[in-house]
Amino acid sequence: MEKMSINRSAYKIKEAKILSARRLTDSEKLFDIALQSGESLDYEPGQFAEVSIFGVGEAPISICSSPTKRGSFELCVRAVGDGRFTNAMHKLEAGDDIGIRGPFGVGFPVQLFEGNDLMLVAGGLGIAPLRSLINYVIDNRRDFGKVNILLGCKTPLNMLFGDEIEDWQKRIDINFSCTVDRGAPDWKGNVGLITSLIPGVDLDPENTFAVVVGPPIMYKFVIKELTGKNIPDHRILVSLERHMKCGLGKCGHCQIHNIYCCQDGPVFFYDRIKDLKGAI
Amino acid sequence: MQNAILRKSHLNDFISKLAVIEKVMAPVAKGPNHYAFEEVKSAKEISLQYIPTILPPKKYFMPQHETLLEYDTREGQKMHAVAEVEKMVLFGVHTCDLAGIQCLNIVFSDRPKDLNYLIHKNKIAIIGFECNNYCDEHASCALMGNHIPKGGYDMFFTDLGDYFFIHVNTQLGEELLDKTGVYEEAKIEHMNALEDLRAKKKEIFKNEVDVDKNMIPEYFKKGFDSAVWDDLGERCISCGNCTNVCPTCYCFDVYDDPDLGAKTGKRIRVWDSCQNEPFARVAGGESFRSQRKDRKRHRFNRKFRYPVERYGKFFCTGCGRCTRVCMAKINLKDTIKSLAKEYK
Repeated sequence: MEKMSINRSAYKIKEAKILSARRLTDSEKLFDIALQSGESLDYEPGQFAEVSIFGVGEAPISICSSPTKRGSFELCVRAVGDGRFTNAMHKLEAGDDIGIRGPFGVGFPVQLFEGNDLMLVAGGLGIAPLRSLINYVIDNRRDFGKVNILLGCKTPLNMLFGDEIEDWQKRIDINFSCTVDRGAPDWKGNVGLITSLIPGVDLDPENTFAVVVGPPIMYKFVIKELTGKNIPDHRILVSLERHMKCGLGKCGHCQIHNIYCCQDGPVFFYDRIKDLKGAI
Repeated sequence: MQNAILRKSHLNDFISKLAVIEKVMAPVAKGPNHYAFEEVKSAKEISLQYIPTILPPKKYFMPQHETLLEYDTREGQKMHAVAEVEKMVLFGVHTCDLAGIQCLNIVFSDRPKDLNYLIHKNKIAIIGFECNNYCDEHASCALMGNHIPKGGYDMFFTDLGDYFFIHVNTQLGEELLDKTGVYEEAKIEHMNALEDLRAKKKEIFKNEVDVDKNMIPEYFKKGFDSAVWDDLGERCISCGNCTNVCPTCYCFDVYDDPDLGAKTGKRIRVWDSCQNEPFARVAGGESFRSQRKDRKRHRFNRKFRYPVERYGKFFCTGCGRCTRVCMAKINLKDTIKSLAKEYK
């Protein structure tokens, strides 16, 4: 058996360093990361990276910062019960080394969005990939029409990016609403499912792109409301969660019918996937 | 030279000489009706009258365990990418398995390319071997059109009585044959004998399911909610035998295998199976093919429909391995027949 080096292997990681690690809630932590080479990670809003900790493994994590942020990028990671990788990642702090592959996949079609109104709907951890788009839109605000952002989460304690949300709420160029499934004594906002926010939004269906990112259960209900607002299927975009193990359209884990979520997605036009049973 | 013949009395010479130059892998008997590709030194070890081997030759192109990276975490997250390769000659590969390798070639050379696979591929010479008759009742190679050679080899052997007819398909094939030095030029009578055999094969190999192959993707599309899948789901025990033995199943997992001391180790790729429940599960716990019927249907669609849409090619070779190894006696030909019956 002969051992060969493969310089162009798609499995090679880029060495990176954690610049800061900040706990957002009991289960989510936000990491600011820079590549050791000094180069920027050249990504689009909505793309994901394969994050590597040798000895533990790799996991696909959506990039939650906007590419307009220079020098470093952010990942928001939820530690799940028996999730070996996410729990190991939560133990990392500023100064620790980490590996990155990617970016991978098809992100949000931001050029297509230009000149259109936007209806951005996030549920739960869906705010992480959507934040890359929200911050991109804010940084290029005049390129877009009206911007509506709807956010839903379980309780006020689960709300991510609270300081930024305050800023979005104050901005005059964004219509922001949020709701929680269950309130808390000091919560003064909406209580109810995210679908309850949609009827109240005033939008022009011919000139609006809607983007929906959230837990699998959310899509059907939110899309039904959007369709009720006459937004056509080809103007609704979704970002689908699957286990993108290799990121290269090979390993099969993220496959939905004949689609590889990691290469053909994770962002899809709704009309492409709506007839694929099990996609949403 | 395009065609040659090898007297059967010279086969041992041929294999022994080849085995001096290269590692030679060929089908070897492993007990009643079981065969495996293994290294051989002489023709005596080879079983040329074999039914498809337990594992297809994909095990050489995409090993069950394969190192992708070697890592070292003593100072940061250092690694280098490697391929562990072995030069070899595969001897006696049936046409169904040649077709299987051609399917894998498409997948792994599709961008982004998988260099580990492509490096293995470039180190393996292939000598095909024609089936003059059916191996057993489970094959559906005529349905898939894989009972006759369609390239994918360096040399191809056909048994024509007291000699083998050799079609030399590549420069590499010619070089290997030259090095053994035990062949003769093929004459017109040999060509005629080959033609006669192929004509005879047309009478033997007939579409095994009486279904038009080109209609199968449509039947699968229409039959997505067919009761056929409920039936399969009730019988399947999710053992993953079918995916392991399939010449075109290539799904894999990637994980880290630390050395003692845990600071260094290997990132390896291992075969995985879409028939296992956790295969399509995500971190949050959601499992996108939680039912056995979902997984069975997915696998069948990945042979008869999805790759036709994506690569313009069926990913079933008709080798019959999945049927032979199924502990629940799920039969591929019967499944296609039942589905076709509903929508024909």
